[in-house]
Amino acid sequence: MTGSDRAYIRTRLAANEPPPTRAGPFHAIVQGLFSGPLNIAFTLFSIVAIAFAALPVVRFLIVDAVWQGMDASACQGAGGACWPFVQAKFGQFIYGTYPEALRWRPDLVFVLGALLLAPLLAPAAPLKRINALLFFGIYPIVAFVLLTGGNLDLRHFLIGRLTAWNIFGSATTAGLSWNFWSDYVATAFLVAVLVEVGAALLGARARKASFTALFVFAAVGAVVLAADLDFGLEPVETRSWGGLMVTLVVAITGIVASLPLGILLALGRRSEMPLVRLASVIFIEFWRGVPLITVLFFATYMLPLFLPSGVSVDGLLRVLIGVALFSAAYMAEVVRGGLQAIPKSQYEAAEALGLGYWQTMSFVVLPQALTIVIPGIVGNFIGLFKDTTLVLIVAIFDLLGQLRAAFADPAWASPVTLYTGFAFAGIIYFVFCYGMSRYALSLERRAAVAGGR
Amino acid sequence: MPATGNANAVAIELTGVHKWFGQFHVLKDIDLKVMRGERIVICGPSGSGKSTLIRCINRLERHQRGRILVDGIELTDDLKRIEEVRREVGMVFQQFNLFPHLTVLENCTLAPIWVRKMPKKIAEETALHYLARVKIPEQAGKYPGQLSGGQQQRVAIARALCMNPKLMLFDEPTSALDPEMIKEVLDAMVALANDGMTMLVVSHEMGFAREVANRVVFMDAGQIIEANEPKEFFDHPRHERTKLFLSQILH
Repeated sequence: MTGSDRAYIRTRLAANEPPPTRAGPFHAIVQGLFSGPLNIAFTLFSIVAIAFAALPVVRFLIVDAVWQGMDASACQGAGGACWPFVQAKFGQFIYGTYPEALRWRPDLVFVLGALLLAPLLAPAAPLKRINALLFFGIYPIVAFVLLTGGNLDLRHFLIGRLTAWNIFGSATTAGLSWNFWSDYVATAFLVAVLVEVGAALLGARARKASFTALFVFAAVGAVVLAADLDFGLEPVETRSWGGLMVTLVVAITGIVASLPLGILLALGRRSEMPLVRLASVIFIEFWRGVPLITVLFFATYMLPLFLPSGVSVDGLLRVLIGVALFSAAYMAEVVRGGLQAIPKSQYEAAEALGLGYWQTMSFVVLPQALTIVIPGIVGNFIGLFKDTTLVLIVAIFDLLGQLRAAFADPAWASPVTLYTGFAFAGIIYFVFCYGMSRYALSLERRAAVAGGR
Repeated sequence: MPATGNANAVAIELTGVHKWFGQFHVLKDIDLKVMRGERIVICGPSGSGKSTLIRCINRLERHQRGRILVDGIELTDDLKRIEEVRREVGMVFQQFNLFPHLTVLENCTLAPIWVRKMPKKIAEETALHYLARVKIPEQAGKYPGQLSGGQQQRVAIARALCMNPKLMLFDEPTSALDPEMIKEVLDAMVALANDGMTMLVVSHEMGFAREVANRVVFMDAGQIIEANEPKEFFDHPRHERTKLFLSQILH
């Protein structure tokens, strides 16, 4: 069409053509790395930088490393890693001082966890609901019983503490204390009656409320019952747990507990009910305002001072709760970021269809909000995983703690022991954190496809 | 106006409704009675409160004075009543507001399954039925982001219909669409009108108003200025403001 044309009419429609490409495997490399002087300079600089950083690492870990030996003498003059040290201390790094004869129990927990987690994470695997129920509902109880040996030493429930409830003495059946469980059942019915009366006075649906209370008692009771049964397993105190096992227990409990808690806190902070909002804000700001070390110290050394005498909570459990609440506060703020990114029109569309608050949140808002903040959530998970090393200062010996303990062994004193140990720990932490990171990336891609973006 | 005298035939009744956004008096003394099966088009300049008016009918906005009865239920702060009304009132938005993370089919079945407690299979059959009615059954497996604007808006209409509503609200349903797509959406709305659905449509599509409306309501500055049958309204507008408005949009 030239400038002099006043009118134009197309006589033939243009056909679709493939885009122009220059074929050849080297084209992409040349285009990407050597397309111009600046690019070439960057490429050369990167190669040199990588060589400087990577070569010494490879030399230390592989080329100059000592691979065989019975004690430190093999590593005395070594210029590389002393792998026999890791080999000799491997059990300690993984299990701490967990009795050697019973290590099949944590092994079984590891294997079960991996078997349940892998299909849960794989998008294509079937039976997601049953799988999730097994992993989040049944597995923790099984893991608890296997790791601790189960058979909790329960004597009194609520009534027993307030009165002189002691009908059955110390009678037990299959590890279950008659005193405790009769107390539990009585308390459950007492609470149910109180709830029914209270609900009736408030004009709510009394029968439904009392059944709900009984149901909650039954559900909690079933979990505690499973943990209280005597399976004939030798008890192992959490004090003798250690190594990677503790790292994983703390990290996974923290991760699994912090996400739902964080979501609830984030919703609470955006709630229209002033009291709920205030409580959420106070909770979040309190836990974000104190360092994790303080939380751990408080949980370990100060909390027992506030508890009534005779009540003792396991040291590791206290740390677990502290870590979970701490990370929940951070998670809440990440989730809130996602919630704020969802336009008001999505809420309105859901409301206009008659969906209630929880339905709107669970089917419309949260799926979108959580997808947006996957990078933030995983960032928190990774941070939490590495922060578990702080439990060392409250005398819980996780992987890093066991490592430091192993350094003190004179039989393995050599110039490279320290570097070898930290390299080993670094590799393990890296594998877990990088794994989470990659998985999150694949999740994001899937979400992007689903969102048509 | 068809006054049947039967109280059941009233779909919506607004009496002396006022609303403020902060200091701004956005709705002033609105009286409007919509009979069942009636189709009303509301027009007016932007900022005249017409969107706010229909958003009050399913309580996306809260009115501060006056009474709103929808299908005999008065809208108050009672959440149960609000949800009851919302189940019976379908709404179509200017920006479609589909759920981007759900497929077209899932968009249509979400509320029937969870609000109407419909079995999944029946909900899907219903959804496919209405998707066929708006002429896009083949898009059921796609995500909203993969559809054109016109297709998205037709999905939004189908999604609202899947709840089997007694009346439908349309908030400028064609304003965000390319000219070529407006017709397909209007066709779906005309078909709906021909089936006897009670409809309240905020729109500037005067052709649509002439064709299907029983009444055209003109609003300005938060008030209803004039309401009449479409032929009278367009051919013999009485209020000066109406004449000015019509002269500007009908050339």
